[in-house]
Amino acid sequence: MKTIQLLFATMIAVSVLVIGCGGNGGDAASKSSPKTTSESGLSEFEIKNGIGPVTEEIVIGEIDAEIAQKGAEVFELKCSACHKMNERYVGPALGDILELRTPAYVMNMILNPDGMVKKHPEAKKKLQEFMTPMPNQNLSQDEARAIAEYLASDIK
Amino acid sequence: MKKQTHNHRFWILPVITLIGVMLYGCSSQGDFSSNTDAAQKVYVAPGEYDEFYGFMSGGYNGQLGIYGIPSGRHLFTVPVFSQAAVNGYGYTDETKNMLNTSHGFVPWGDAHHPELSQTNGETDGRWIFINENNTPRIARIGLDEFRTQEIIEIPNSAGNHASAFVTPNTEYVSAATRFSIPMDENMKNMDAAIDSYAETFKGTISFIKVSGEGKMNVDFQILMPGFDYDLSHAGKGPSDGWAFFTSYNSEEAHTLLEINASKNDKDFIAAINWEKAAEYAKEGKGEMLPGKHVRNYVDHDEGGIVKTEVIEEVRVLDPRKLDGLVYFLPTPKSPHGVDVDPTGKYIVAGGKLSTVIPVHSFAKMIESIDSENYEGEVMGIPVLKYDSILHGEVENPGLGPLHTEFDGKGYAYTTAFISSEIVKWDIEKTEVVDRIGTYYSPGHLMIPGGDSQKPDGKYLVALNKITKDRYLPTGPEMFHSAQLIDISGDKMQLLLDFPTEGEPHYAQGIAAEKVIKRQKRFYDLAENSHPYRATSEKQTRIERDGKEVHVYMTTIRSHFSPDNIEGIKVGDKVYFHVTNLEQDWDVPHGFAIKGANTAELLIMPGETLTLTWEPKEVGVYPFYCTDFCSALHQEMQGYVRVSPESSNVDFKYGTGQ
Repeated sequence: MKTIQLLFATMIAVSVLVIGCGGNGGDAASKSSPKTTSESGLSEFEIKNGIGPVTEEIVIGEIDAEIAQKGAEVFELKCSACHKMNERYVGPALGDILELRTPAYVMNMILNPDGMVKKHPEAKKKLQEFMTPMPNQNLSQDEARAIAEYLASDIK
Repeated sequence: MKKQTHNHRFWILPVITLIGVMLYGCSSQGDFSSNTDAAQKVYVAPGEYDEFYGFMSGGYNGQLGIYGIPSGRHLFTVPVFSQAAVNGYGYTDETKNMLNTSHGFVPWGDAHHPELSQTNGETDGRWIFINENNTPRIARIGLDEFRTQEIIEIPNSAGNHASAFVTPNTEYVSAATRFSIPMDENMKNMDAAIDSYAETFKGTISFIKVSGEGKMNVDFQILMPGFDYDLSHAGKGPSDGWAFFTSYNSEEAHTLLEINASKNDKDFIAAINWEKAAEYAKEGKGEMLPGKHVRNYVDHDEGGIVKTEVIEEVRVLDPRKLDGLVYFLPTPKSPHGVDVDPTGKYIVAGGKLSTVIPVHSFAKMIESIDSENYEGEVMGIPVLKYDSILHGEVENPGLGPLHTEFDGKGYAYTTAFISSEIVKWDIEKTEVVDRIGTYYSPGHLMIPGGDSQKPDGKYLVALNKITKDRYLPTGPEMFHSAQLIDISGDKMQLLLDFPTEGEPHYAQGIAAEKVIKRQKRFYDLAENSHPYRATSEKQTRIERDGKEVHVYMTTIRSHFSPDNIEGIKVGDKVYFHVTNLEQDWDVPHGFAIKGANTAELLIMPGETLTLTWEPKEVGVYPFYCTDFCSALHQEMQGYVRVSPESSNVDFKYGTGQ
């Protein structure tokens, strides 16, 4: 009997080990925990301004027409296939986005879309709503900043 | 009693498993001591990279296969000399000119010897060249994008086999005629009786100059006796400035060559002083003679569209008129491979019908030339004396020695085709030190950097010609078998079998980091210079020019713009110019439309490609994305309405209206 028990124990241990090795990447802990801000593991700055290369608040004062124009051009090239100003399209309408989000949040969403939809609770919600993940269009930080200027301007 | 039975069963299981493992371990052929040891050496963990890239010629599939070494994983296939319906290469308006030749469009080619570009005798990861044997050509593939960027045809050549080997700083790429043909004084292929072979048939050896940007042009070709020129390698170190070409059929037979071209005890290695030839060419020596050939190249200034230029003449150097160009090294017997060791001192021939491996000494060759120690001449080319130039002969090298590579530690490795083995030998002593069986009949072999001045002598890949029972059977045809051999120790150790596509003739290997650092991940949309590009949805439109209709279309996850098109008529020729607006790595979109007589498009991010479609019947035709691009990929579709030829349906198009 003892031998049988020992064998069983060994087999169970081995199968546990095997299963243990199989789980890869799936973040079980985060899935089971409620999606409250306190448990998202994000800082207050990140909740407000998003996760990504922009780590300081961006304040847009008086519009610089030249930068806004540059932003309009980049937007046309890299974003307009999915975003309109006044209607929901492949992605959300962006006409009043800066009333809902900070410029830094918008920039981080542009520069780090993969990270945002994985980790930021608001971006996650948007992905569930729109289903198409926002592509990374490989903009520079300056280009993303110019788009923020454009979105804050009247020319949009 | 019952308990007893259970007890037995539980003991039986592990015993059976153990026996199974032991049996399995013994089942494969190959003399390695431990499966576990071999498995560890080839195991590349999930998410990890291989240490080396392996570039294997696709042989009769006309392509270049990319494999990871040591795992043997097939990573990619670059279409080179054959159309590839998988991505539209050779079908699209952008790429089809790449397969133009002086014989018109040739959709298939026989790819043979890949050769990496070198700087200071070391592989540099810029380009890989590969020759085509049937319709003589050389291709240059850019390793920044793993695409064929240029193909040049070789004029006055029939069968380009001794190619595409580079000089130590990629000054030149070699080419030579495998099949001699009758040529008149203007290099024109003649309407001559085949049995006039000995009088009328000639060969040529060509040197293709490579510019700093990779542009190829035939700098000169040397007129040669009508032998079959087989393989080549450039000199290096002390022998830099020279190149060596094997020849067989010095008998000048034109029928039943397997007997008639195997009569002479020795054929020749042609030693070409390319540095001297280049000087002659620069001085305007030789003659500009007819030699119509084409060069196809990617025009980066115009949207990456391939252009074809026709070149009418070529410079021909005649060894009967110009001294010091070529010398013949007598070599037993119908030699196949010719390989120069990393020090550049020794020239090794794979005398495929010979019982020894002859090793010539470059220093002795130069001495013989300086003292004019000749035994005769053929077509004005001095023939040196075998005994005066010989460094040594490797005894008992196996049957049918073909090709040799080097480990940079003083050893050479030669394939023996008939006896199915690889033989390791000491270059200075010309003595065999180890041998290992391969399965079956190796042709070429490859050590990363193994034909350069700086080999990475860790692994060797045997490229076997016969597969038979090595894998699960797949009917009469099966992939060729490659075998990975550990050469880091004194004894060679067989590690892995892996199947390779087509028929890899030769292969090249290179440390992965030399190539990784050059990788392009997508094409910058802002730099797209295609005349039919649409770099935003605002620019999408349809234009009619008589019966030609141009659709400027875009893709992004996951829709086409426009995705509803009306106003097309039966008899129209519709060009879908599709620009992929994505700007991230590995997000191609596909484009296919019902009834297209060409191929699908696979459009890389930032790129524009064109599919041509000629609808023959009225109706509504769907098109869709063929590359699963997002969760809403299945929704990435559209419709084209085709109306009768006589109708007046206006253009109407858009997305989301």
